[in-house]
Amino acid sequence: MSGSKLDLDPGVVAACRQAARQIAEQVTDQIAGRTTLSVERSVTRLLGVDGADSLDVPLPNVLVDHVHERGGLGHGIAYWLGNTMLQTGRSPQEIADSVSAGEIVLTEIDLADDRAIHDRVAEECAARLKEISGRFDERRAMRERLGEGPPPLRYVLTATGDVYEDVVHAKAVAEAGGDIIAVIRSTAQSLLDYVPYGPTTEGYGGTFATQANFRIMREAMDEWSEKHGRYVRLSSFCSGLCMSEIASMGAWEGFDNMVNDALYGILYRDINIVRGLIDQRVSRMINGYFGVVINTGEDNYLRTADAIEAAPSVTASQFINHQLARESGVPDGQIALGDAFEIDVPVRNGLLYEWAQAQLTRELFPDCPIKYMPPTRHMDGNLFRTHASDTLFNLVTIATGQGVQTIGVPTEGIFTPHIHDRVLGLQNVDYVFNAAHDLGEEIEFKRGGIIQTRAQEVLAAAHVLLERIAQTGLFEAIEQATFGDVSRGVEDGRGIEGIVTTEEGYFNPVVDLMREATYA
Amino acid sequence: MPRTVDLTAVTPYADHLGDGLVQLSFTLPVPYSLAARKAALELAGKMGFEEPEVVHYQQLTDGYTYFVMYGRCVQTVDFTALQGEGFDIEYMGEEEIESFAAEHLGRRIVVVGASTGSDTHSVGIDAMLNLKGYHGHHGLEGYRSFQTYNLGSQVPNSVLVAKAIEVGADAILVSQTVTQQNLHVHNLTELVEMVEAEGKRGEIILACGGPRVSSELAKELGYDAGFSKGTYPHHLATFIVRELAARVATAG
Repeated sequence: MSGSKLDLDPGVVAACRQAARQIAEQVTDQIAGRTTLSVERSVTRLLGVDGADSLDVPLPNVLVDHVHERGGLGHGIAYWLGNTMLQTGRSPQEIADSVSAGEIVLTEIDLADDRAIHDRVAEECAARLKEISGRFDERRAMRERLGEGPPPLRYVLTATGDVYEDVVHAKAVAEAGGDIIAVIRSTAQSLLDYVPYGPTTEGYGGTFATQANFRIMREAMDEWSEKHGRYVRLSSFCSGLCMSEIASMGAWEGFDNMVNDALYGILYRDINIVRGLIDQRVSRMINGYFGVVINTGEDNYLRTADAIEAAPSVTASQFINHQLARESGVPDGQIALGDAFEIDVPVRNGLLYEWAQAQLTRELFPDCPIKYMPPTRHMDGNLFRTHASDTLFNLVTIATGQGVQTIGVPTEGIFTPHIHDRVLGLQNVDYVFNAAHDLGEEIEFKRGGIIQTRAQEVLAAAHVLLERIAQTGLFEAIEQATFGDVSRGVEDGRGIEGIVTTEEGYFNPVVDLMREATYA
Repeated sequence: MPRTVDLTAVTPYADHLGDGLVQLSFTLPVPYSLAARKAALELAGKMGFEEPEVVHYQQLTDGYTYFVMYGRCVQTVDFTALQGEGFDIEYMGEEEIESFAAEHLGRRIVVVGASTGSDTHSVGIDAMLNLKGYHGHHGLEGYRSFQTYNLGSQVPNSVLVAKAIEVGADAILVSQTVTQQNLHVHNLTELVEMVEAEGKRGEIILACGGPRVSSELAKELGYDAGFSKGTYPHHLATFIVRELAARVATAG
C-alpha cells in the first residue's frame, strides 16, 4: 500500500473490505421488517416528548407501551401520533401527557387519511430535526471559535455515580488537558429498557445517563470552555437496551461523541443480537445525521480474550463495524473504531506487537479517528507498574497518530479512579505526547521485521475470518464465539420481547428523513 | 555490624531500618494556596505522622488541591504475635488437585459461579471458571474433577442460589468487581442471607472474590473464603477440594 509503513498487500485489504460489505448487507437483510420498542421511543423523543409519570415511568415508555399493548406498534408510533395530532390539534408532548392521564386512547381515535397523517408528523419531525441541527451548528461554531486540542484527543471518564461530583471531576480533568469527558453510565443501566428521568446522585461505577444529567454536564463544560478558551467535548454511551433513545437525548443536549456499538451489549450484556443491531442501526443514523462521532467497542474483546490470539478478530470486527456504520449514514470522519493496548506485561516484545496492531488499524482506516484504549485487563493493583505501562501506551498512541485516546489511569483495576488519579494519567499523556511529538514521522519499520510481519499476519488472519463470516453470516459467527470468546444465539438474550414486526404502512419519519438527507 | 529487625516493634522501612517513612497522597477540597499546604501538614500530623513533608502539591481545579507527602510513622506493630496467621497455605498444582479429588471424593465437584447484582464485570469469574483461565492457568472448567456452571455477569443473587440448588452445587463462587460505596458488601451479605434462608448454608461452600475482597472481609460476611488479586484457579481449587475432603472426613 502506498505510504504504508507495514508493507500491507492492497489486494488483501480490498478483499477484507469487500467481505465486510457483504456481511453488512446480510445484516441489513436479516434485521429488515422489524422495529423495536426503543427505536419507537426514540421517535417520540425526537418529536419532543419528555418527562415521566407519577411512578417515574418515562413518558416515551408510557406512549409506546400504550400503543404496543393495543397491537398498534406495527404501524409505528409516528403513525398514531400523527393521526392524533391531526384529529386533536395537540402536540406530541400534550398527547403523551393525555395518554399518561388516561384521557385518550390513541388506537380508538378516528383515522385520518394515511397521506395526511404522514405529512403532518413528517412536518413536525422535520421541524424538530431542524431545531436540533441548528443547535449543533451553533455548537460547531463555538468549537471553531474556542478551538480544541490537536489529536490525539484525550478522552477521560467521570464515573462517581453523582452527577454533581462528576462536574467537579470533569473540570479537574479539563484543566489537566482532557479534550473529551465521558459520562460513564451506572453499571446496571445497560439492561434497563427505559432511560431514567431527572438528575441522579446515586450510581455504581458510573452515573446514570439521563437527559437532565447530560444537560448539567453540558452546561458546566460549556461554561468551563468559555472561561478557559478551549472547547471540551462530551461523550456518553448509546449502548444497552436504549441505544437510539440515548442518541436522541445526546442530540438534544449537544453531546459530541458517543460510544455506539451493539456488539458490546450482545456479547457482554447478553442483549439479543437482532434487537441490538436494529437499535444500533437507528442510533447510528441519529449520530451520523447530527455530526456526532461514534466509538466502537473492539477494545472490549481483549478484556475477555487473549490480546495476541484475538488480534485478527479485532481487525475483522473493525472492518465490519466500519461498513455497518457507513450503511447507517455515518461518514468516515465520525467513525472512531476501537482498539486497545492489552497485551500481557511479561510477553517479550509486547510493545512491538502493540505498535504493529495500532499502526495496522491506522493504515486500514486512514480517514477514521480510531479510539485507542489503555491497558486494563492485566493491571494488577500495582499502580506504579500501571503508570509505567500507560507510558508505553501513550508512546504508541502518539507515534501511530491515533485520533482519540482514552487515557490510562494508574489506579485502573483497583477501584473507580479518584480525581487525582485521572490527573496523574493526563500528566503522563502530556509528557509523552510532547516528548515524542513527531516520532511517528521519523519512523520506518524494518522490512520483514517483527512489526511488519506481525501486522501482515494479523491482516491475513482477519481476511480468512472475514471470508468465513461472509459465508456463514455475522449471527452464526457470534454464535461460534468469534468475538471476545463469547457465544450468543440469535433466539436468546435480553430485550428480544421488545422486537416488533412492522406491518404494511409502517411509518418512521426519523429514519425516512435521515436516509433522505444521507442519500440526497 | 548489620542491625537486626526487632520483630516485636516493626515500623516501615524506606532507606534504613527504623526510619518509619511513609508516602501518602490525597486531595483536599480547598483552594491551591499556602494555607492548603499548611492544612495538609497539619492533617498529616493529626494522622500521627512526625516530620510531615509536602513534596508536591498542585491545583486540580478551583477549590481542589492534590498533595504528595512523606511522614515518619512512629507507631509499631508486634509481628511475632501475628505469625502463624496463615498466608503460608501450600497450594496444589492442577494434577495434584485432580488426584487429591479422585482419592478423597471420588466424584465430580459441582461449582456454580457468577458476578452478581448489577456488576457487569465477568473478568474475575471467567478467570476462575472458564477453560482458558488466566495467565496460562486453566480455569476449573478444564479440571476433570470439576463440573462448572458460569452464569456470567449481572446475575441476581436469587438466580445464583436457585441454580446452585438445582444442580446440587458443592460450592458457590461470587465475584464482585464494582466496590464503589461498598456496594459489594451489600451484595455479598444478601447472598449469604439467601443461602441461609434456603437452609443450605451448612451444605454449600461459599467463596467470594474481587479486587477489594479479602479473606478477612469474606469471613466477617459469613463466607468460607475470600480471594483477591493474585489468585489463580488452582488456589481456589486447592481450597475447595481440601475443604470438601475435610467435610467428608468429619461426616464419615
